[in-house]
Amino acid sequence: MLERLQLLGRKGLSSIEALGSASLLLWHSLSWGGPGSANFSDLIRQLFAVGVRSLSIIAVAGFFVGMVLGLQGYTILVDFGSEAALGTMVSLTLLRELGPVVTALLFAGRAGSALTAEIGLMKATEQLSAMEMMGVDPLKRVITPRLWAGIISMPLLAVIFSTVGIWGGAFVAIDMLGIDEGAYWGNMQASVEFYNDVIKGVIKSIAFGWVVTWIAVYQGYASMPTSEGIGKATTQTVVISSLAVLGLDFVLTAVMFGGV
Amino acid sequence: MVVEQPYISVRDLVFTRGDRLIYDGLSVDFPRGKVTAIMGPSGTGKTTLLRLIGGQLTPDQGSIVLAGEEITTLKRPQLFELRKQKMGMLFQTGALFTDLNVFDNVAFPLRVHTDLPESMIRDLVLMKLEAVGLRGARNLNPAELSGGMARRVALARSIAMDPELIMYDEPFTGLDPISMGMIVKLIRGLNKALGLTSLLVSHDVEECCGIADYLCLVSGGKVIGFGSPNELLHEGSDEVRQFLSGDPDGPVPFHYPANDYREDILAGGN
Amino acid sequence: MQKRSIELTVGAFVVIGILALVLMALRVSGLSMSDAGDTYTIKARFENLGGLNERAKVSMAGVTIGRVTRVYLDKEWYSAVVEMEITKDMSTLTSDTSAAILTAGLLGEKYIGLTVGAEDDYLQENDWIEDTQSALVLEELIGRFLFSKAEEG
Repeated sequence: MLERLQLLGRKGLSSIEALGSASLLLWHSLSWGGPGSANFSDLIRQLFAVGVRSLSIIAVAGFFVGMVLGLQGYTILVDFGSEAALGTMVSLTLLRELGPVVTALLFAGRAGSALTAEIGLMKATEQLSAMEMMGVDPLKRVITPRLWAGIISMPLLAVIFSTVGIWGGAFVAIDMLGIDEGAYWGNMQASVEFYNDVIKGVIKSIAFGWVVTWIAVYQGYASMPTSEGIGKATTQTVVISSLAVLGLDFVLTAVMFGGV
Repeated sequence: MVVEQPYISVRDLVFTRGDRLIYDGLSVDFPRGKVTAIMGPSGTGKTTLLRLIGGQLTPDQGSIVLAGEEITTLKRPQLFELRKQKMGMLFQTGALFTDLNVFDNVAFPLRVHTDLPESMIRDLVLMKLEAVGLRGARNLNPAELSGGMARRVALARSIAMDPELIMYDEPFTGLDPISMGMIVKLIRGLNKALGLTSLLVSHDVEECCGIADYLCLVSGGKVIGFGSPNELLHEGSDEVRQFLSGDPDGPVPFHYPANDYREDILAGGN
Repeated sequence: MQKRSIELTVGAFVVIGILALVLMALRVSGLSMSDAGDTYTIKARFENLGGLNERAKVSMAGVTIGRVTRVYLDKEWYSAVVEMEITKDMSTLTSDTSAAILTAGLLGEKYIGLTVGAEDDYLQENDWIEDTQSALVLEELIGRFLFSKAEEG
C-alpha cells in the first residue's frame, strides 16, 4: 500500500520535473524571437519535412471526412426536411472542430513522431553533443526551426483540410445526393462567419501546432539515447500530444465559442 | 607528477551519477601541447571526464581550469564562446550531421561562427579535408562513409576552427588496422603541426603507448598513475602494471568478491 | 539544385494554404471583397425583427439580390432599422417597394423578401422603404388568437 503511494508520488514528481524541463526547453528555444530567429534554410527544410510531407495525408483525409459528413448529415437532416442546411452543417463542423482537431491528430502521428525520432537519433549518435562542443547551441540550431515549422505548418494544413473537406461534402451533396447547388453554398455562406468560424478555427490550429510540436521535440530531446528509448519516446509523443490536443480543444472551444 | 604550466588542471573533482560515485576527489594536470592518454578499466568514467572538461556535465564539487578559465562556474554564453574558440572534440561515432554531406559537415562550424565569404570557406574546408586525406570524398553523404572515414571527416570538422585543445573519445574503437593506423598518424601529426593539446580516452594500451607523451591511469574515481608510458611500465604501482600488461589476475582480482568456493559448492541448493 | 526544389515546394505549400484561406473567406463564409463598388444601401423600419441577423439575405422572388449590413434600434421611434446592400444590377426597385421579414422553411433562417410596386421612380442610395411587414412572432400570434377567442366567448 505504502509502496503504491510512493510509486504514485514518484510518478507525480517526475511528471512535474518533465513539465519543468519541457518549459525550459521551450523558453530557451523561443526566446530568440520570431520565426526569423531560426536559420532561414533550416526553417525551410523543416517546413518541407513537417508541412509539405504531411500535405498528402491531410488532403486525402480531409476529402473523406468531408464526404462522410455529407452522407451522415444528409440522413439526419432529411428527416427534418432541412437537407438544404447540409452545407452549413458540413462547413461549420469542419471549420470549428474537425478541421483543427483531426489535422492535429494526423499531424502528431505523421510529423510529431518523425520529429521525435529524428531528434532522438541525433542525440543517440551524439550529433547534439557534437554541436554543443562546437559552441553551437543545439536548442537554437535544431529545436527552434522545428518548433516554428510546426507552428507555421499546422494552421495551413488545417485550412487545407477544411477546404478539401467542404468540397468533398459538396461532391457528395450535389453530385450524389442531388441537393441543389445554390442551397448548399448559399446556406453555408449565410451562416458561416469569417471571423467567428474560420479565424477561430485557425487560432485553434495554431495552438494545436504549437502543443504537438513542443511535445514532439521535447520527447526527442529528453529521450534515452538508445533504440528502445527512441521507440518509447515516439509512442509517447503520439499518445501525449493526442490527449493534449483533445483536452486543449475543449478548453479553447469553451473560451472561444462560449457556453461555459 | 608535477606539470609546469598545465593547460588544464582538475582539482578535487567529485562527480556522482545517480547513486554511483564516479569521481572521488580526482586531481590531475594536463600539459600544454602534448598528447595525454586517459586510460582505465571500462566503466570508470573516462568519457565522463572529457564531458566534464567540455562543460557538458557539471561536477558536484571541485574545479576545472582550462586556459585560465574556470569551466564549472561559466555561464552558458561564455561556455559556448570558450568551446567555439578553444575546443574540438572527436566523438566515438564521429557524430557527423546526417543531413549534410562531407563538405557541409566540415563547413558547418565555419558558416555558423564566421562571416567568411563562401569562396574562403571552400578553401578552408578543402585544406582541412586534404589534411585528413578525404578531399576527394567531399560530396559523399555520411551514410556512404566507412567508420574510419567518418571519423576522419569528424576530425577535419573538429579542427575547422583551429582549436587549442582537441579531445578524442575512444578514437580506435571498432576500426580495422589500416584505419586505425591512419587515425594514429593523424593524431600524432596534428599535434605536431598545430601544437594542439590533445586528450585521448582509450583502453587500447598498445596504440596509446605508441602515440601518447603521457598516460593518465584512472581507476576507482582517482588517478592511480600519471607519467610517460615508459615510466609507468617500469615504475608504476602493481595495479598500473597489471593494467598496462593486461594480466588477468593481480591487484584487480579475476574473481568478483564471493565467499569460499568449496563451501559454496558443498552448501548445495540449501 | 535539390535545395531549390525544396524551397519551391515549401513556397507552393504556403501559397496553397493561403489560397485555401482566401477560398474560405470568399466562397465559404461569403465575405465579399468589393463591398463598396457595385452595391447601394437602402433602409427599412420594422416593428419587430424576430431574429433577423446582420448578413442575412435580401431576396426578391426567391433570388438573393443583397445582404443585411446593419441592424440597430432607432431610439426616437423605438423601432428597428435595417440597412441592406443591394447589388447595382437591381437598381430598378420602385419607390413603393415593400419589404417583409420571412423565414426559410419552418425552422430556417430569417431573411428579407422585397416585392416591387407600381411607381415610376426608383429607390436611391439611403432611401427608406415605407411599406414593411414585421416578422411573425409566434407568441404574439398565439396571444392574438387567444384574445379573439376570449372576445368571442
